Amino acid sequence: MAVKTPGNPTDNLQVEQMEVREHLSRFAPFDHLPEETLSQLAMNVEVAYFRAGSTILTYGQAIKDLHFIRSGAVEVYLRNGDLYNRLAEGDIFGQLGMMHKKKVRFPATAIEDTLIYLIPDALFTELWANDEDFADFVETEDQSRLRAAVSKQEADNPLMTSRVARLIPRAPVTASSSVSIREAASLMTEEHVSALVLLHPGADIEQNWQPGDPPLVAGIITDRDLRTRALAPGLPYDTPVSEIMSSDIVYIPSDAFVFEAMLTMLRHNVHHLPVLQKHKPVGVIGLSDIVQYESQSGLYLVSNIHQQTSVSGLKSLSKDVRATFVRMVNEGANSHMVGSAMAGIGRAISQRLLELGEDKLGPPPVPYCFMALGSMARDEQLIVTDQDNALILDDSFDPNQHDAYFLELATFVSDGLAACGYTYCTGDIMATNPKWRQPLKVWKEYFTEWIRNPSAQALLHSAIFFDLDGIAGEIEFAETLKTLVAERAKRDAVFLAYLSRAALNRTPPLGFFRDFVMEKDGKHNNSINLKRRGTAPLSDLIRVHALACGSRAQNTFDRLNAIAETKLLGDGVANNLRDALEFLAIVRIRHQAMDVEAGRDPDNNIEPENLSPFERRNLKDAFLVLSNAQKFLRHRYHASSGGIIN
Amino acid sequence: MSQNTPDNAASGTPEWPTRFAELAQSAQDTRLIRYYSAGCVSGDTPIGDTSMVSLDFETTGLDPTFHSIVSIGLVPFDAQRIRCRESRHWIVRPVLPLHRESVTFHGITHSEISAAPDLREILDEVLEALAGKIVVVHYRSIERQFLDQALRWRLNEGIEFPVIDTMALEARLHRNKRPGLLDWVRKRKPVSIRLADSRTRYGLPYYAPHHALTDALATAELLQAQLQYHYSPETPLRELWY
Repeated sequence: MAVKTPGNPTDNLQVEQMEVREHLSRFAPFDHLPEETLSQLAMNVEVAYFRAGSTILTYGQAIKDLHFIRSGAVEVYLRNGDLYNRLAEGDIFGQLGMMHKKKVRFPATAIEDTLIYLIPDALFTELWANDEDFADFVETEDQSRLRAAVSKQEADNPLMTSRVARLIPRAPVTASSSVSIREAASLMTEEHVSALVLLHPGADIEQNWQPGDPPLVAGIITDRDLRTRALAPGLPYDTPVSEIMSSDIVYIPSDAFVFEAMLTMLRHNVHHLPVLQKHKPVGVIGLSDIVQYESQSGLYLVSNIHQQTSVSGLKSLSKDVRATFVRMVNEGANSHMVGSAMAGIGRAISQRLLELGEDKLGPPPVPYCFMALGSMARDEQLIVTDQDNALILDDSFDPNQHDAYFLELATFVSDGLAACGYTYCTGDIMATNPKWRQPLKVWKEYFTEWIRNPSAQALLHSAIFFDLDGIAGEIEFAETLKTLVAERAKRDAVFLAYLSRAALNRTPPLGFFRDFVMEKDGKHNNSINLKRRGTAPLSDLIRVHALACGSRAQNTFDRLNAIAETKLLGDGVANNLRDALEFLAIVRIRHQAMDVEAGRDPDNNIEPENLSPFERRNLKDAFLVLSNAQKFLRHRYHASSGGIIN
Repeated sequence: MSQNTPDNAASGTPEWPTRFAELAQSAQDTRLIRYYSAGCVSGDTPIGDTSMVSLDFETTGLDPTFHSIVSIGLVPFDAQRIRCRESRHWIVRPVLPLHRESVTFHGITHSEISAAPDLREILDEVLEALAGKIVVVHYRSIERQFLDQALRWRLNEGIEFPVIDTMALEARLHRNKRPGLLDWVRKRKPVSIRLADSRTRYGLPYYAPHHALTDALATAELLQAQLQYHYSPETPLRELWY
């Protein structure tokens, strides 16, 4: 407490209003300010009371104070009168006007009896100029605040900021692919490595590789390959290593991030990745190099899945799936990592179930491709998920002769997935449904028909098929369908219009007000389904753009990259969509992880009282990005005209 | 807008501008002469145009003849804005020793008291802050009588000034009739017109009580709320002051 004492003219200590200071200090962007600055604010605020229903700010009027709500509630409107936001205790408004010609941009009305603390221009300007966090908070409405939130999260995780090059333990040990397996083995023993990079005979890795030059790397061989492919079958020692090496190699560029290496290993279930710099091998990284960064990425779980010999063995790993999910979230993984890891696990379980099924039923009578649809195909799977799958059979398929086998195989896999926690699809989009167990030629007809003669009703059911990925068997079948879709969809405006309309079915809310979700008409709800009102409509609209620009990508982030390469969206729009998607997804993921940790059944519903102020603000921003993107989608593909274009 | 007839506002209330002119003549102490000479606005002044200052004392007890002022808080304001920048707060040394209970009550310590000046030493500043403004208090007896007594004791002459009393304004709303038989039967309690309870009725936040500066702010906010709910900005001062 400052005491003004008499007889000392230099003593101009002012007194502060302690209630004012204490209250300001509890809310962003004031909560991080030093004591001294808070006191300065508390000494200088003005206070004004507004009765419920009275106008606080009118459009265009001069504004000379930042408005802080001490108590009560305020509605802020767009210039056209639409509700922009509803604010309560601890929120600020008027900042845009303060930064823009000192004129009110968004009018405001008290909807309850409201007490406002007014922070005068001089102090506002000083904080804005000198305090970076404060400036970020008041300046960065919407997209840029979202960007900051997302990049801050990613900066905290070394998997997302470290490059693969840093993990390389040593220069690669290489040999010509013409050496014998015995020479290869002795070189590996001498050099103490478990993987050997094999070069095309005559290739010189010291020489600068130029585009157009023949590839340098021919393949890779590991300890395990020598055991399973050479020793076990009893190959002679002088067998050329090229006969047993993996020539269809999975590699990683040296400037990739560590998490990308992790996802590549997880997806392909490999434990050694050659690192290439412009096609030149610069090293090999192993599972253990990545695990030192992140121990619970699901990499071990995937190899464990592949070792199971029964459905019950797979089922017993279900709790490990949840534990992996929670640990990844707690270690700060982003949604792309979590979604890919969970999809990779789901894919591995499906693959293993197919192998077990074939063991039981014998080899398939005709080639097939097992296809994942929806979130697994997009690499965006979480723990609350049902199974969406289908079978593409070889065109030589004869239902009378072969279908009994594939029905049995599909049933085995579907029941197995259900046992492992992937519930049956309520829409019956599973390979057990004869409609979704068809030869490739029928699948081509399906897609052609969906694209050529779209109807709103049909698209509601078939939209999920436009996220597809082959996960076992003849992957080429699925690739053929991807190509068909990529080539046909972009040319068909009517199809895109219908698909857009389907993508506009679900809309985001406006934001939050106290412990409620606030809808655009001002109505309140107690909770929000963050999938239905956030991530799903966002993936839906990104799918439309991706198909419009002929992309074959399935993952929503990959689709955004493809879209960003075209001029389809304005500058920065793809980045805003990416940030919005990441934030919506990661909040959804975090809340599921909290549910699991608290022993509750995880779901997609979130109650606003469980959101931090940080999450609320950024979710509101993400909702706005989604809402604007939906408006653009409607306009761009003429979705509101019902897709009828003359 | 007001439906309430100002009860004793008209009756016992002096014609303040005239009274100030008389007192400027009759006062002896130069500080008081200066205060009265700053004048008092006319009772016809609309409340929306009135400069006010919310004033609160913390005291060692409730009887101005036995107890002393311990601290003074004031905040200048008007119907639109309360100006914390011009807030003032003083701790003053009471004439009588501080009771142990009231120490805990006000949160003022003995060392603060012993270092504090006598009211006489800061009187100039206090009166300067009040000059030309209408004083607003919650429960007028305390501030008016304590200041009057304190000056009589020190200067051998008292002080008179008009006040707007937010508690009296609440009483006009809720105490304008005696409790009837029905109220007695229903055991209806009279509405509390204490500062904190009155504030709650206008949706004003809870503030920790018993700090002179906070209470002065709380009172200013209450008056703004009362004015918005019950009085038009054109309401003449004479309907509100005492």
